Amino acid sequence: MTSTPLAHGTPAPDFTLHSTPDQSVSLSDFRGHNVVLVFYPADFSPVCGDQVTLYNQILPEFRRLDAEILGISVDGVWCHRAFAEARNLHFPLLADFEPKGDVARRYGVYREKDGITERALFVIDGEGIVRWSYVSPVGVNPGADGILEALEGLHADASHPAGAGR
Amino acid sequence: MSAQLRPAVGADDHAQGPADAPVTLVEYGDYECPHCGRAAPIVQRVQQRFGERLRFVFRNFPLSEVHPHAEHAAEAAESGGAHGREPGFWAMHDAIYAHQQDGPRALGDARLAEYAGEAGLDGRVVLEDIRAERFADRIQRDFMSGVRSGVNGTPTFFINGFRFDGSWDEAGLVAAIEEELSAASR
Repeated sequence: MTSTPLAHGTPAPDFTLHSTPDQSVSLSDFRGHNVVLVFYPADFSPVCGDQVTLYNQILPEFRRLDAEILGISVDGVWCHRAFAEARNLHFPLLADFEPKGDVARRYGVYREKDGITERALFVIDGEGIVRWSYVSPVGVNPGADGILEALEGLHADASHPAGAGR
Repeated sequence: MSAQLRPAVGADDHAQGPADAPVTLVEYGDYECPHCGRAAPIVQRVQQRFGERLRFVFRNFPLSEVHPHAEHAAEAAESGGAHGREPGFWAMHDAIYAHQQDGPRALGDARLAEYAGEAGLDGRVVLEDIRAERFADRIQRDFMSGVRSGVNGTPTFFINGFRFDGSWDEAGLVAAIEEELSAASR
């Protein structure tokens, strides 16, 4: 068993991770916008491939819902680069590489025994609060329907400050 | 989480087999996806096995970021359906999957038009439709219905409205369909 994923309503821990050999991304960069954090076990494994390909294909839907999508795995930046080029990805893949799995641990989705992250999704709102999460069985691609519904829930919430509009 | 097909199969869908068949198998497929190419003859054998007890529906799920020809191939099949009704659609669907692995140009626009000609359609009209992306809205509607239904790669199958997460080899599909048939006869 792994630890419990961060509960809804809790502030999402900030982090700064490399997205390329010379660029880093911080969660706080996206304050004011929704963020979808996609933890996945490994670049190039067949299920992850389908999962990121699907999210890449529906980036316009995520943008429409004022959401940025960030992939995270324990793979290093060079591996991420090769994976992103192979799949023609247009969103960042972050390297939770050193200390290995540190961010995944803080989100409660690190598999200590296997040395990889769970296949876990988090939707974080513009104020940095976790609003939805889902941990899929590691071999099952969770698809995108749950994420889109969660984002639409945020969008419909009138008390939430609107981002880029619709 | 058992992902459910939405919207349900309707009059707009491309279907083979009786509308009142006890089992409906829906595939979300990409014409350039090699796995879908492998699935095509499997589905045909499953259709032959169950005959009138099975309805098969195909919905478009082109992953154009990884498959640059998938969108135009989907356009070609839809064009076949528009000009040759359902037989035109299925002739194109089958031809595209049959030729998918012929080579790097197998799904180029020129070849798609040739397949249309071989299917008894007007290849020039199909080519015009492809270039005008005349069916883009319909393809996108199929695609988004798949996203909403929990499609997580291609091919993804639904059996009587629920995502089939088992192995889609012939034995796996046959077993799942037989289970539905025995549930329906109870």
